[in-house]
Amino acid sequence: MFRLEVRTSTPAWFNLALPLLAIAATLVLCSGLIALAGAGVLEAYGVMFTASLGDSYAITETMVRAAPMIFTGLAVAVAFRAKFWNIGAEGQLLAGAVASCFVGAIPMPGPLAMLLMAVAGAAAGAAVALVPATLRVKFKVDDVVSSLLLNSVIYYALMALIEGPWKDSFSGYPISPPIEDSANFPVLLEGTRLHLGVVVALIAAPVIWFLIVRTTLGFRIRVTGENPEAARYGGIHVERVLISTALLSGALAGLAGVGEVGGVHFQVMSDISPGYGYSGIVVAMLARLNPLGVVPAAIFLAAVMTGAEAMSRATGVPAFLSDVIQGTALLAMLVALLFTAYRIRRVGAAR
Amino acid sequence: MSAVFEQIFQVGFLAAIIRIATPLAFATLGEMFSERAGVLNLGIEGIMLLSAMTGFTATSLSGSLWLGVLAAVLTGMLMGALHALFTVALGLSQHVCGIGVTLFSSGLAYFLYRLIFGQQSVPPSIKGFETLPIPVLSSIPVLGPAVFNQFALVYMAILAIPLAAFVLYRTPWGLSVRMVGENPRAADSAGVSVIATRFQAVILGGALIGLAGAFLSMAQFNAFTFGVVSGRGWVAIALVVFGRWDPWRSAGAALLFAFVDALQLRMQASGLGHIPYEAFLMLPFIFTIVAMAVMSRNAVAPSALLKPFRREER
Repeated sequence: MFRLEVRTSTPAWFNLALPLLAIAATLVLCSGLIALAGAGVLEAYGVMFTASLGDSYAITETMVRAAPMIFTGLAVAVAFRAKFWNIGAEGQLLAGAVASCFVGAIPMPGPLAMLLMAVAGAAAGAAVALVPATLRVKFKVDDVVSSLLLNSVIYYALMALIEGPWKDSFSGYPISPPIEDSANFPVLLEGTRLHLGVVVALIAAPVIWFLIVRTTLGFRIRVTGENPEAARYGGIHVERVLISTALLSGALAGLAGVGEVGGVHFQVMSDISPGYGYSGIVVAMLARLNPLGVVPAAIFLAAVMTGAEAMSRATGVPAFLSDVIQGTALLAMLVALLFTAYRIRRVGAAR
Repeated sequence: MSAVFEQIFQVGFLAAIIRIATPLAFATLGEMFSERAGVLNLGIEGIMLLSAMTGFTATSLSGSLWLGVLAAVLTGMLMGALHALFTVALGLSQHVCGIGVTLFSSGLAYFLYRLIFGQQSVPPSIKGFETLPIPVLSSIPVLGPAVFNQFALVYMAILAIPLAAFVLYRTPWGLSVRMVGENPRAADSAGVSVIATRFQAVILGGALIGLAGAFLSMAQFNAFTFGVVSGRGWVAIALVVFGRWDPWRSAGAALLFAFVDALQLRMQASGLGHIPYEAFLMLPFIFTIVAMAVMSRNAVAPSALLKPFRREER
C-alpha cells in the first residue's frame, strides 16, 4: 500500500529534478500531437533541438529569444513571491517597448540613448504595474483580473499609436518610425543577432536573486507573500511592499520590451511580443520563482519556440506546438510541485 | 443632442447590444457557477477559444450547426473537468492552473485549427446561425425586432439567466454549490461531497463557457480567427465581480458592458475618422476596470473562493 504524507522539508535536488520531470512529461504528452500530425516524434524533436541548440548560430538565436523571457520571468517571479498576481507582464512589456521607442527616436549620443531607453522603458512598465497594485491596495480590486484587462488596454493603445500618429505615412504600414541607428544595441558577435540586451538580461538574474535573498526589501517581499498577517505583525507595511514589488516587477517586464526595440526590431509593431509576458509565467513557475532558475527555464522555452519553427518547415507539424508545450509545461510543473508538499510512502503490510 | 439620442436608440443599436451581450452572458454565468462553488476559473479565455474552434470545425465538417454547438459544449465541459482535476482534486493554485489551462487550450486551438484547415489565404467560413423571428413578439415596436428577431443562441442565453438563478437558489444542488463555496467544512459535515459538487459546478460552468465560444465562431463571426475571443473571457471574470456573483446582476453587468461596447462601435463608425479605431476598442476594458474599482469595496466573494478543500486538514 502507498500513502501520501505531508512533507516538512524538500531536498535541494528537487529544484532541478522537478522542472526536468515536468519537461520530460510535457514532451511525452505532446508527442501525441506530433504523431497526430503524421510526423515522426523523434525526428520532430530532433529538428527542434538541432535548430535551437545544435550549433553556435542557433544558440545565439535562442539566446536572443530567451532575453525577453528572462526579464518577464523575473518580473513574474518577483511578483508571485509577494503573492502580487501580476499577469500583466505582456502589457508592461508593450509599454516598455513604446516608451523606449519614443526615446530611441530622439537624436543623441548612442550610449546615452541606450541608457535613457532603458530608464524610460522600465519606468513605463512600472507605471503600468502600479495600476493593478494600487487598485488592489486602495480598492480591493482583484489584481489578476485588473492586470489581465490592462493587457488589452495597452495593446489597443499601442495599435492606436501605430495606426495613428506613428503610422508610416510613406508606406502606410502600421509600424512606428525606427529608432536612431546610434541607439541600436551593439551586436556582440559578428554575423549574429546577439545583442547587448541579452547580456544585461543574464546579469539581471543574479542581481534580482541577490535582491530577493539578501536584502531587506527581498525579505519583506518574501514574508509578505508567505504570511501577510505575520508580516504586518512584524511591523512590515504590507501595502507599501506590494507597491514596491509591483514597481520592480513592472520595470523588469518593461525592460523586456526595451531589449526587443533596441536589440531586435529597432521599432514597434503590433506583433513585437508573441506572448512573452504570458510565457514569463511559465518561466517563473518552472524556475520555482527562483531568479537564478529563470535563466535556464527561459532558455528552454526559447529553444522550443525557435525549434518549433524549424520543425514546422521540416515536418509540416504546425509551429503552434510550442504554445501547447508552454501550457502543458506549466500544468505539468504544478503537478510536479505536489512532490514538494507530499511524499509517497510505502505503508508496510507487516504491522 | 436629440440626434445623438435618436442614433443611440435605434433598433439596430439595441439589437447589437443584445448580440454583444450574449456570449458574455453565457461566459459570465459559467464563471459564476464555478466561483460560487469556490473555484476561480481563469481558464475561461482559453476554453472559449478552444470551444469556438471545435464548434466551428464540427460544423464545417458535418454541415450541422447544432452538432457544432454540441462539440463546443462538450469541449467546455472537458476543459472544465481538467481545471477541476487540477484545482479541486489536486488542490493546486487556482490562479496559476487557470493561466495554464488558458495557455494550453489556446495553444491546442491554434494547433488543431492549423492542422485541420492548413494555412489558407482566405480563412474558411461557415454558414452560421440565422435570425429566428419569434411570431407575434417580434412585431412589438422597437423591442420586438431588437430582442425577438435574434439567433436561437440569443434566446438560449436569455432563458439561461432565470434558469441559472432557479438552479442556484431554488434547487438542492444549488444549495450544495453555495455551501461548498461559502463553508466547505460545514457542507462536508452535512454530508455534501465538496469535491463532487465543485467538479459538477466547474463542468457546468465549462458547458456555458463553451456556448459562449460557439456563439462567437458560429453566430457572430461565422469563422474562427485567432482573435475571436480577444479578452472577452477576462471581461467575464470582471463581470462576475461586478455582478456580485448573482445570476441576474451578472447578466445585467454583461448588458452594461455590451452597451459600452456597442457605443464604442458606433463611435468608430460615426465621423470620428481621424482617431484610429483601436482607441475606441480600449474603452470597454477601461470601463470594466473602473467599474470593478467602484464595485469591489462592497463586493463579497464566496468565502471559500481560491481555497482548496482537503478533508484531513484542519
